[in-house]
Amino acid sequence: MTATSALSLPRTFATAARVLRQLRHDPRTIALMILVPCVMLFLLRYVFDGSARTFDTIGASLLGIFPLITMFLVTSIATLRERTSGTLERLLAMPLGKGDLIAGYALAFGAVAVVQSALATGLAVWFLDLDVIGSPWLLLLVALLDALLGTALGLFVSAFAASEFQAVQFMPAVIFPQLLLCGLFTPRDAMHPVLEAISDVLPMSYAVDGMNEVLHHADLTTAFVRDVTVVAAVALLVLTLGAATLKRRTV
Amino acid sequence: MMNYSSRPPEEPAVHAQDLTVVRGSRTVLRGLGFTVPRGRITGLLGPSGCGKSTLMRAVVGTQAKVSGTLDVLGRPAGHPSLRTRIGYVTQAPSVYDDLTVRQNLDYFAAVLDPGRAAADRRRDNVTRAIADVDLTGHADSLAGALSGGQRSRVSLAVALLGTPELLVLDEPTVGLDPVLRRDLWRLFHDLAAERGATLLVSSHVMDEAERCDQLLLMRAGEVLAEGAPEALRTRTGADTVETAFLRLVDEAAAATRTKESTR
Repeated sequence: MTATSALSLPRTFATAARVLRQLRHDPRTIALMILVPCVMLFLLRYVFDGSARTFDTIGASLLGIFPLITMFLVTSIATLRERTSGTLERLLAMPLGKGDLIAGYALAFGAVAVVQSALATGLAVWFLDLDVIGSPWLLLLVALLDALLGTALGLFVSAFAASEFQAVQFMPAVIFPQLLLCGLFTPRDAMHPVLEAISDVLPMSYAVDGMNEVLHHADLTTAFVRDVTVVAAVALLVLTLGAATLKRRTV
Repeated sequence: MMNYSSRPPEEPAVHAQDLTVVRGSRTVLRGLGFTVPRGRITGLLGPSGCGKSTLMRAVVGTQAKVSGTLDVLGRPAGHPSLRTRIGYVTQAPSVYDDLTVRQNLDYFAAVLDPGRAAADRRRDNVTRAIADVDLTGHADSLAGALSGGQRSRVSLAVALLGTPELLVLDEPTVGLDPVLRRDLWRLFHDLAAERGATLLVSSHVMDEAERCDQLLLMRAGEVLAEGAPEALRTRTGADTVETAFLRLVDEAAAATRTKESTR
C-alpha cells in the first residue's frame, strides 16, 4: 500500500478545511488578520500626507510584507500547537502524508492571504491613491507568494520552538533582520556593501523588489519575473525543509 | 465483521523479542519479550515511568531508536500498511480544542477514509464512534469546552473510527468517575467480543488488572510477568494482582541480590 507516499488531494483538502474551520471558531484572529494591514496602510497614508511618493514606495512594500509576517506568525503558532497537543503524532500514526499536511496548511492560509491581500491592495489602490503603474493583479500575485513564504518559514521555525513564547520570539529573529535589509527604509544599493550582500540572499528583499517593479513598470519586467521566481523557489525549498522536520518516529 | 480465516490462529497481534528502546542516554526498555494475543484485552500494568507509554509508542510506530524484533499484525511495527489498522490513544487527549467533537471526528475520518465516495460511510462511522463513547449529547460542543474526562473520550472516539484491528490505549480511564470507567470497560469488552478487536490497555492502577483477559506486568523497563490475572495470582499465591505484582518485585530483587552475591 503506497497511498501515503504521494500527495493525496482529498486528504489535503480535508486538512485545509479543518484548519479554516479552526480559524472560524476564532473570529478575533480573523478580524485581526484582515483588518490590521488595512489600518496600517490607512495610518501610513496620512503619516506621509505631504509626500505621496514616499507612501507609494513604502505602501507597495508593505503590501508584500504584511502577508509574509501574518502568515509566519499564524503558521508557526498553529503548527507548534499541532506538535504540542499530540495531534501531529496522531496524524502521522494515521495514513496522512507529510505533504498532505503541509499542502493543507499552505492552502488554508493561502486562502486567508488572498482575502487579506485583496482587501489591503484594493484599499491602497482605490481609496488611498497608491499610484501603481503595473497591474494590481500582479501586486496580488506577489502578496500571495509572500504569504506562502511566510507559511513556509513559520512551519520551519516551529520545529525549533518548544513553546509559544519561543515561537513568538522567532518573529524578531527571523523577520526583523529581513525587514531592516529588504529596502523598506533605504534602497538596498545605498547600504553598506556587506549588508547589501546579505540582503541579496534574504527572500524578503525579492518580495519588496517585486512589489516595486509592479509599482514602476506597466509591463512584466525580467526583474519582476526573477523576483517572483526567487520568492516562490525559496518558499518551496523552505516547505521541503519544513516537511523534513515532521517526523513519524520521535524520541 | 472481519475475515480472519486466512491467517493461522496462533499468530499473535503483537510479538516482541529482545525489544530495546533508548531515549537520549537512558535505556527505557531493555530486552523485552512478550506477546499480545488476538481478539482479547491485554492490560499493560506497572508504576508511572516504567516505560508503558514508550512501549505503546513503539507498537504504534511513533517511537524512534527501537531495536530488536517487534511485529504488529504480522508486519514490522511502523509499517505504512498498519496505519489504518491500528487505533492509538495517547495519555493526554490529542484532539483540536477549537473544533467541535463532530468536526474533530469528521477530520480524522477523512484522513482514514478519504474521498467523496466514502462520505456516507464516514458519517455513519463518526456517529457510531460518538455514541460508543457516550458523547452524543455533546457532539456539537467545542472540545476545549469539555471536561478532562470528556476530552479523553473524544480522543478515544477518534481511535474507534474505521474499525481498527488493534487498539492501543494509554491510560484511557485515568481521572474518570467509577460509572464511566465501568462503561468504558464494558465497551472495551464489546469491541473485543463483537468486533474481534485486540486491545492493549495501559494503567498504573492495579485494580483495573482484574478486568483484563491477559496481563503484562512491567517495572523499570522490563516485563516482570505475563499471563492471565488468575494464573498470576495462583502462581504467586496472592489474592489480588496488586499483591502478586509486589511479590514478583520482591522475587526479582531477591534474584538480583543472589546473582550479585554469587558473582
